[in-house]
Formats: sequence, structure tokens, C-alpha cells
Amino acid sequence: MFMQQNFNEVTCVFPRKFEENLLLAQKASMPFDNMAVQFLDALSKQLNTDINIRQYPDVATFAFFCRKANIFNLKKLYDTNEGLRLGRGIVFHVAPSNVPVNFAYSLISGILSGNINIVRVPSKEFEQVQMICRAIEKVAENDQFMEMGNRMLLVKYPRESQATKYFSSICDVRVIWGGDQTIADIRRNQLPARSFDVTFADRYSFCVINADELVHGINLERLAQGFYNDTYLFDQNACTAPHLVVWLGENKNVEKARQMFWDSLSDLVEKKYNFQAVMAVDKLTAFYSQAIKSDRKIKAEGNSNNLWRVQIDTLPVTIDEFRCTGGYFSEYHAQSLDEIAPIINRKYQTLAYYGLTKKAIETFIKTATPVGLDRIVPIGQTSEFSLIWDGYNLITTFSRDIDI
Amino acid sequence: MELTDFLNIPPYHLNSTQKRELLNEYLGQLTRYHYQNCEPYKKMLDAYGFDISANAGYEAIPFLPVRLFKLFDLLSIPKSEVVKTMTSSGTTGQQVSKIFLDKDTAANQTKVLTKIVSSVIGKQRVPMIIIDSESVLKDRNMFSARGAGILGFSMFGAKRIYALNENMELNTDGICEFLENHKGERIFLFGFTFMIWQHFYKELVAKKIKLDLSNGVLIHGGGWKKLAAESISSAEFKQKLNQVCGINNVHDYYGMVEQTGSIYMECEAGYLHASVFSDVVIRRATDFSIARVGERGIIQVVSVLPKSYPGHSLLTEDEGMLMGEDNCPCGRKGKYFKIVGRLQNAEIRGCSDVYATKF
Repeated sequence: MFMQQNFNEVTCVFPRKFEENLLLAQKASMPFDNMAVQFLDALSKQLNTDINIRQYPDVATFAFFCRKANIFNLKKLYDTNEGLRLGRGIVFHVAPSNVPVNFAYSLISGILSGNINIVRVPSKEFEQVQMICRAIEKVAENDQFMEMGNRMLLVKYPRESQATKYFSSICDVRVIWGGDQTIADIRRNQLPARSFDVTFADRYSFCVINADELVHGINLERLAQGFYNDTYLFDQNACTAPHLVVWLGENKNVEKARQMFWDSLSDLVEKKYNFQAVMAVDKLTAFYSQAIKSDRKIKAEGNSNNLWRVQIDTLPVTIDEFRCTGGYFSEYHAQSLDEIAPIINRKYQTLAYYGLTKKAIETFIKTATPVGLDRIVPIGQTSEFSLIWDGYNLITTFSRDIDI
Repeated sequence: MELTDFLNIPPYHLNSTQKRELLNEYLGQLTRYHYQNCEPYKKMLDAYGFDISANAGYEAIPFLPVRLFKLFDLLSIPKSEVVKTMTSSGTTGQQVSKIFLDKDTAANQTKVLTKIVSSVIGKQRVPMIIIDSESVLKDRNMFSARGAGILGFSMFGAKRIYALNENMELNTDGICEFLENHKGERIFLFGFTFMIWQHFYKELVAKKIKLDLSNGVLIHGGGWKKLAAESISSAEFKQKLNQVCGINNVHDYYGMVEQTGSIYMECEAGYLHASVFSDVVIRRATDFSIARVGERGIIQVVSVLPKSYPGHSLLTEDEGMLMGEDNCPCGRKGKYFKIVGRLQNAEIRGCSDVYATKF
């Protein structure tokens, strides 16, 4: 069918030629199957031979994730209730266009769960994408991994292409990254009756900082660097990036901690962030929109368009509407965690924290039982990939439980 | 102070000190007026922390990004007094700006436009060639900045002819006849920069027709984005037009639907000029501080005209450069400047849809 339709605009990144029959003839495999683990380990090693890897920390992190030791650790989490599991078949991944390495994580979740994978990689020319695709090609040249190579297809094609329709028609699971609009667009293409979508929609994330701890903390720079990676590193446009900073603690500590934290962050942003002029207009527009839509008075602080901080003295349930990319934060001083419970709706994804115990947050979640929030991680780790993402356990979601 | 006090001043006669004094007073007054009459404006100024009672000078007045007029209905009059709603020419699917005018504001826009334009074409109404299609006015969907521009400038024409038919084809016979009938008279031509280039200049070249417009004055606006893509500079635009029709009096203008009337006209030296009715402030993107002469920045525009809506101090999405004040070789007083272009859309990383998440 693919051949008949003649998709000129589709570029096969790996393999160089799409052998439709070969791909369709592949079978499912067991999650964490030995061949898959070996393949990822070989990929990790191959990537580490690339002299450019030092320039791309995101690729280095990916390579580190793929090594055997890490994968075996992850495997253990699934060994405990081992039944009989197999991959669902073909997983079609639509990767986000603005994050270079995300496609690769999506792919390996598909591999580790025992599937055949079709990945639409970003059409933008990212060096990271090329590095990873080159490495996959190289590893698959090895006789040992030829089978693995037959089980995947990495393609590039423009948004308007009919290829989405075709790939949707042959997949068992479709994974859509990239936000509400992309999801709506892709969903116009029908799936076979038994297939389903796993969607990673637009989400809202925030963070909580305990000022009582921060003022005594010695690792302020590390915290600021972590927060920078959570936010500015992806222009505060990743679904995991905090837009709201909730402060906890005594008044005098909050005041001091704020000063310390923002000063430290501001230094980093000044040094590292590639500020674009239009962001100044975006942030001013966001601020005035927030002012108009707020019942209570809001106030801006800071003196650089690099970093906008908006002080609010109540926490409206609509706070997730007031966001902007490139460094725009609402700040609120809460008396306790319980105060934030009412605002957490389905859009909430990640809660990043500092100076709180896991236990305290767990208690909060058990009491508040919100419909939102899928990840709770220390500040600095919001964008770290995990096989549990957006509330989905990717391995179990992409595989079948066989009742025997 | 009343707006009429301004209307009697010639557009380019005040020096910076005189102008500043007038603007400080009148724009301060307008700010207080909008603060009292437009609730969202009050909320914005309160959030900004602006002290409404202090008279800090017009450059201290907060500037609203023009995009806000797409997101909110901002007006300082009861809706019942709105006589006209102007919209920006957004492409399909985009949100458009909505500017609400009452009788007075609409009338004052016309008065000020007349003052500025007559400084270029004279006080007499003259035969006018509109380098566009009349269908722009008929089609309600297209009636936007382009239609409003044509209507606004049409009042300077004694006899008018549209140079393009509804298919945007050049009506050469009509134009030749029109020119024949008005031989020896000054001819006023008006149109949008790209339309002129695409449907007038290129057509004349293709058809190998030479017109005699040596008596003509051309005023054009709408921006250079499309011509910049074809690498056509302002100087080249003028020179090429001169080759096909002998015209040597060509003026670009800078204006926007959010501040209709108080446009910025290009002088003989090739610079855009602020008249006494408005001003530009070039701001640094990093912190909105005021840029030096010759330093590139985001253009803020202030105008004494917007009374029915709080648009007297706006931040555009254009970049420009102040070239000087009161000392342009053309002899006009006031600030003169250049447009660098539109602010680039941000290249944003992150997994979310970039445009969907933007407000």
C-alpha cells in the first residue's frame, strides 16, 4: 500500500529504503528482551565514540540512559510481577518538532516494550537527530543487530503529508507528542479498531520551594542551575517546565530566599540564555493579560526582560492560563501545601520541589487526591526521561498481558 | 488642554523642547482619562505600578503591546457611542485587532491625516490614482486596514480612478485616459507598497508601457516585508518606479490601524518623521530602556489622537532606529527614524505547540 501511494515527500532516515513487507512481517517480542538490551547498549557505545557528543549534553544523557547497567536496573522494576507479556505490535511515534532527542526516548520505550517502531523524527535539521540516526545505522550494520534494524523505520515528512494516514492505518499504538493542536490534527487519521493513542498533551507544571530550607542550603548555585535546566533550557516551553513558583516558609525566610534564588538564577540567565527581542513583547503582553484577567492586583518584579516575576497574593484556579515562554513566572507565598490543592486540575503534569521530603508530598497527594499531577521530582530533574511519563507506564502501556 | 490646541500647530514646526512640553501635558491628561474610563487599562496601570497622579513625562507612560487589542476589547467610551470599529488586516485564521472609534476620535484622525498629507501634496484636492482594486472596499471581509487606508487617503483626491480591476489586473487604458484628461496637473497616487510593486510596476515593465507621472506624488505604506524578501530596497523601489513612469516624488509612510491618522511620513532625505501629533520612542528589548540615536530597538509609538480607546501609548512589534531629532537635512523638526523590520518570531524549543500555547 505504501509503495502504491508513492509518498515522495517522505524521507527514510533509517533504513535508507522502506521495505514495507519486511517491516509488516516482523513479530512482537518480550519486554526487555535480551536482544533489545544488547542493541541499546551497543547504541550507547556507538554514540560515545562520536567526537561531537561533548557538545550535545542531551545526546550524552541519552547515551547514558541506554547503557546496559541502567536498562537492567529499569528491568528489575518490571520483573517483580512478571507474567507473560508481549509488545502490542507496531508503535507509531509522532515526535515533537522542537525537542531534538525526544524521538529517541520514545523509540526506545517502544523497543524495550517489545514492539516494531515507526518514528516520525523532527523535520528540522537538528545535529542531535543526525547523530542518533547515524549511530543507529552503524549499530544495525552489525550482523548481530540486523534483526533489530528490520524492526524500525525512522522517517521525516512534512505536516501535510498523507503518510500520517498510512502509518496510522497500520499501527497498534500511536504515540503523539507535541501539544493539543498536533494531537487534534493527527487524530483526524483513523486507527484500526483495536489500536489506541497515547497522547502527551499540553500540560502545566509548577514548583514548590521551602524557603526555611533554602536559606540554610549551601547548594544555591546547583539549585539555580537545576531550575535553569527545568525552564530556560527549553525556553520554558516544555510541558515539564514550571510556570508558577510557590514559596513555603516563614515570611522573613521567604523574603530572603526569594532574593537569593532569583539573584542566582538571574546571573545564570544573563550569562547563558539566548534572549530574543520578541520575547520582551510576549512577556509584557502576558503580564497585562494577567492583570486584566485577575481579580486581585498583581505586581511585576525585576528589571530585565530576561526574567519576569509576577507577584500574586491569591492563587486563582485560572493560574495555569497565565503563562509565557522564555522566563515568565508567577510567584505565590503559600501557608501550606494544602493551599495549592484547589488549583490542581487535569492540565497539571509535573511538580518540582526543593526543601521538602518525599513523605510530606506523598501525604499531601494522598489527602488532596487531585485529578492532575503525574510527576513529582526534585527541581533540576523535571526533564529527565523516565519510562513512566505523564502518568503512563510506557512499558506496560505498549505491551499486552497474556492470560495463561 | 484640548486636542484642538494641537490641531492648529503645523505638523513639523516645533522643536523638541516645545513638543515635549505639549506631549507631557496632553498625554498625561489622556492617561488619566483612560485610567478613569477603561477598567482593563486601570488594571494594567495598577499592575505596572504607575503613579497616575505624578506627571513624570510622556516617556514614562506605560505602553501597551498592540497585540492586546487582539486579545481584549479595550475602549474608554460606552459601547453605544462606537461609530466605527477598525480591524487590522490579519491573514485568515489569525486574530485581528479591534479599535473602537467614537465620532470625535474618528473626526480627529481625519483632521490630523489631512495636516500631514497636505504637507506633501499641498492643500488642494488633486486627481488621484489609487493603485488597488475597488473591490477591496466592497468586500466586507477585506475591509480592514487596507480598505481604511484607501478610504482615508481618498479624501485628497478630486477625481479618482482605481488602477486595478477586481482581478488585480492593471487598467492601462483607463489610466492613460485619466492622465490625458488631467495633463499638466499634479497627480496624487496612493497604494500599498507591495501592490504597487507587484501589480503596477511589474505590469508596466511586462507590457513595456511608459507612463508620464513626472507631476505625480506617490504615497505608499504597508511595509517592506514582501519586498525585502525580493531584496528590493527603498532606493531601488523609487528608482525603478521612476524608470517606468518618471515619478520622482515618492513617500513611504509608517502607520498602524491602532493609531490611525497620526502617520509617519517619509521625507525627501528618506527618513520617517514624527509630526507634532505623535512620537516614537525606540526601546531596548532587554529592559525597555530608551535606546541611543542609531541604536536598534523596539518601536513605541505615542499619539494624541486615541481618546475612545486606550491606544495613546503602544509598543509595536517593529524594530527601528532613531536617526536624530530636529536636525534632518529635509528641514522638518521632530524625530526622524528608520524601520529595521518586523520582530522575528521567536525560535522556541520545547515540546508544546509553539503557536497554540502563545495566549
